[in-house]
Amino acid sequence: MVAQTSGRIHGIAASPGIAVGPVFLYESRKLAVSKRRESNLEAERSRLAAAIEQAKTELRALYERAKVDAGEQEAAIFEAHSMILEDPELLDRVDATLGKESCNAEYAWNDAAEYYASALRQIGDEYLAARAADVEDVAQRVQRILQGVGQENSSPSEPSVITAVDLAPSDTISLEKEKVLAFCTAQGGPTSHVAILSRALGIPAVVGLGDDLQLLTTGRRVIVDGGEGEVIIDPDVATVDEYRRRAVDLKARANVALGSAMQSAVTPDGKRFEIVANIGSPKEASDALEYGAEGVGLLRTEFLFLDRESGPTEDEQYEVYRAVLEVMGQRPVVIRTLDIGGDKPASYLNMPVELNPFLGVRGARMSFAQPEFFQVQLRALLRAGDGHNLKIMAPMVASLEEVHALRAQVDEARTALQERGVTYCKDAEVGIMVEVPSAAVMADLLAPAVDFFSIGTNDLSQYTLAADRTNPNVANLADALHPSVLRLIGMVIRAAHAHGKWVGLCGELAGETLAVPVLLGLGLDEFSMNPRAIPAVKQAIRLYNLEDAEEIAHNTLALATAAEVREYLESVPPQ
Amino acid sequence: MAASQEIVVRNKVGLHARPAAMFVKAAVGFRSRITVENLTKGTQPSNAKSILSVLSAAVQKNDNIRIVAEGEDESEALDALVTLVETNFGETE
Repeated sequence: MVAQTSGRIHGIAASPGIAVGPVFLYESRKLAVSKRRESNLEAERSRLAAAIEQAKTELRALYERAKVDAGEQEAAIFEAHSMILEDPELLDRVDATLGKESCNAEYAWNDAAEYYASALRQIGDEYLAARAADVEDVAQRVQRILQGVGQENSSPSEPSVITAVDLAPSDTISLEKEKVLAFCTAQGGPTSHVAILSRALGIPAVVGLGDDLQLLTTGRRVIVDGGEGEVIIDPDVATVDEYRRRAVDLKARANVALGSAMQSAVTPDGKRFEIVANIGSPKEASDALEYGAEGVGLLRTEFLFLDRESGPTEDEQYEVYRAVLEVMGQRPVVIRTLDIGGDKPASYLNMPVELNPFLGVRGARMSFAQPEFFQVQLRALLRAGDGHNLKIMAPMVASLEEVHALRAQVDEARTALQERGVTYCKDAEVGIMVEVPSAAVMADLLAPAVDFFSIGTNDLSQYTLAADRTNPNVANLADALHPSVLRLIGMVIRAAHAHGKWVGLCGELAGETLAVPVLLGLGLDEFSMNPRAIPAVKQAIRLYNLEDAEEIAHNTLALATAAEVREYLESVPPQ
Repeated sequence: MAASQEIVVRNKVGLHARPAAMFVKAAVGFRSRITVENLTKGTQPSNAKSILSVLSAAVQKNDNIRIVAEGEDESEALDALVTLVETNFGETE
């Protein structure tokens, strides 16, 4: 075969990271199974039972080892293999085949296992196809024992990029971790075993390379970019250097960030900024704390209302809100009232059929149109907030009248609870999301009536640039770093501060480290983001003196295109 | 004879991975014969004690399933499995 001198091949990005090294092609031998006629079926049955017992013992040991080497999730795979060995349907089928064919245990076992593996593959579900591979792996284990063959132990002698058509748990557990730089397979998808293991080990992996895998022959030098799903074959020196630098940089930043994620984000000149999380469920609240979240800047409440026949009761909602607030203790928690419209499934809400639900009755408008539902949510929130730091926020507010209506609704809920004699959060702050351009443009007129603003840059960009993020023809226009959006952000922050109110930002922009100096310089008080982004953003804040950030913000706002903004921000050095 | 119930599966991954294992482990603890049928996908009833059969039912979030238990402990078995599904297998999502 003619070797390609250099080139990039593409697969599925299964685990992020960059590795540079020689290829080691791992070939696992699938055992040949031949059918023999046997008359002593009892003997075959005992052989099989003994082999299965031994396999279970091996799996228990592998489970323990994997827990130490690679973590809970990887170890769980071996536990799943043990369950397969106890599957009554599988065992019955093997037994039936033995009886029917009067054959050897090897054949009956292989036949039954193959039956289930194909059945799982045929369903066409990626997850189940990956599990078919599990069935084959555990079947091979028993087969090896039946045939008296030792475990194949092919291992690289130096740290290498392991390549294979596919890799089963039994294959990878036998590889010495220190010799594995990355994994590349021809088959597989995001839930294959290789993907799971690589993420657990924190090493790069690219799967689904298909026939291109044949280009990766043992000894060939490659660069694996797991985040992009790319493999570069025979890279030249300059490319290797570039990727090596990127790899070191990525690793260093990840380590430092995670290590100091628990500390506050304080600029070198001593100003502290609040870094909180965007979450969608109580479970995500505890996860967020692990990433260094100092509170919740956005709890989405839609999950309570969607995909059900009737609305959630006050008590049901109370339980969920309470769960989040308790996880957060006294940390601030901003909960957004229901933010849906005609495009989402909640039939019991009787929403009108609209040609353009995104410019229709949605968010706060919908809540005002259905005051009974709104009151239930507000009462549940206020009750849950008792003894905690609750802030209530309404989405899609476009006018002063709506702010007044919001406050009236909250007051009504408070009164109802008081009359009921129930304790509730008396001093819950009430604020609005700023995502409709009208609210941004007249932030100075809204500020006196709210306790805070939280800027939703995702929708703000869409409405401001009149571009749908999900429409590939215009998606690039809805950019939160567009000068028009940055000006609106500046406008909102100035107006709020002039009236002594704080401003948070809960759109994706808050989690972008590139935007940190601008947002710092504009005076943003709270950054709310996907928990995973928290360590890096905190780290970025620690690099900019406020004075310098203000200068950067000033310069950025003089630029005329999003491209210029990005170019400028990319060129600005951290301190 | 036989106790049965239809229920919609609401947890994120459906009857895959950990939930499937929990379901099977629970079923195995009872003496009754137990089956689970994916009414939404129209699969044949699966043996609830067999992890491979349960996985083949390809039960995903929002699928409607029917659990049938037959035997001396059929009510307890049905109760236990229905409770597992109703509590979303311990996930709050």
